[in-house]
Amino acid sequence: MNNMKVTVSGESREYENGITLLELVEAENVEMPEYVTASVNDELLGYHDFEKTVLKDGDVIEFLYFMGGGCI
Amino acid sequence: MAFTNEQIERYSRHIILKEVGVKGQKKLLDSSVLIIGAGGLGAPAAMYLAAAGVGTIGIADADEVDLSNLQRQIIHATKDLGKAKVISAKETMEAMNPDVKVNTYRTFVSADNITELIKDYDFIIDGTDNFPAKFLINDACVMAKKPFSHAGIIRFQGQLMTYVPGEGPCYRCIFKNPPPKDAVPTCKQAGVIGAMGGVIGSLQAMEAIKYIVGIGKLLTGSLLTYDALSMEFRKIKLPKKVKDCPVCGDEPTILKLIDYEQAECDGAL
Repeated sequence: MNNMKVTVSGESREYENGITLLELVEAENVEMPEYVTASVNDELLGYHDFEKTVLKDGDVIEFLYFMGGGCI
Repeated sequence: MAFTNEQIERYSRHIILKEVGVKGQKKLLDSSVLIIGAGGLGAPAAMYLAAAGVGTIGIADADEVDLSNLQRQIIHATKDLGKAKVISAKETMEAMNPDVKVNTYRTFVSADNITELIKDYDFIIDGTDNFPAKFLINDACVMAKKPFSHAGIIRFQGQLMTYVPGEGPCYRCIFKNPPPKDAVPTCKQAGVIGAMGGVIGSLQAMEAIKYIVGIGKLLTGSLLTYDALSMEFRKIKLPKKVKDCPVCGDEPTILKLIDYEQAECDGAL
């Protein structure tokens, strides 16, 4: 099985070819993934897209988290 | 209007900067910024903007100063306990700089009042502590074509981005809808390091100043994140435009402001 290289939150990572974004989210221990938006290359994806998104070599993935506090 | 000798001295460190100069300082004095929330983010943002000589500063908040606020809300002091935050904030800003006119709005923002609140201001700073307010500010600013700075802080982390009409995505492009009530922890539940408001709120003030003076590159089209424990800033690039965004996309479906159910922040964070 070939591995592929992807960039996750600015760091290079090696994963099995053909994993989905949902599998990546689990492997990366992303907290509360259902409220996370992912950016894959230049596209924003919500949680319901994670399972159908198959990652490929060279993909650049970022996770965007809800941050609510301004602490009034 | 010519500068007085006091103003030339007060703003001398700005005026000496070639990017600001007399012209830039005049723009600041002629400008107006509305800060929504006189809390962890709004406090440092308001103080730096007042010190910088932003001529009109609006501050909106319905709360009173509470003892648990003082660990981070540096615009308020122990003597202000129980006072309306907007009054305490106004007193601090006016003591810092008599050039600044401070307008106070002792209210929480809602679909009914926000359009009127933002309409006379050049730039809006979101210093609120809950998602219903953050989405409301976003939608109202998109609809009224007003630039604003979004920010959020929690624990040892913070984030911010700047929206300028037509120049990048809005908050709703990234986060389509507010999370369900209580799904994402608030600062009251999870805590926040006081200096985080200082870091991120000051960056919001910096974005406002750059926008007003018309210099540099704003955080449009990117989200800046800060992790204090690893001491890392990351600038995450966002798409230039999200065509199917329900508020700023090609065919918007949100045409009216929405009051989402208030998340459990109970205002006193």
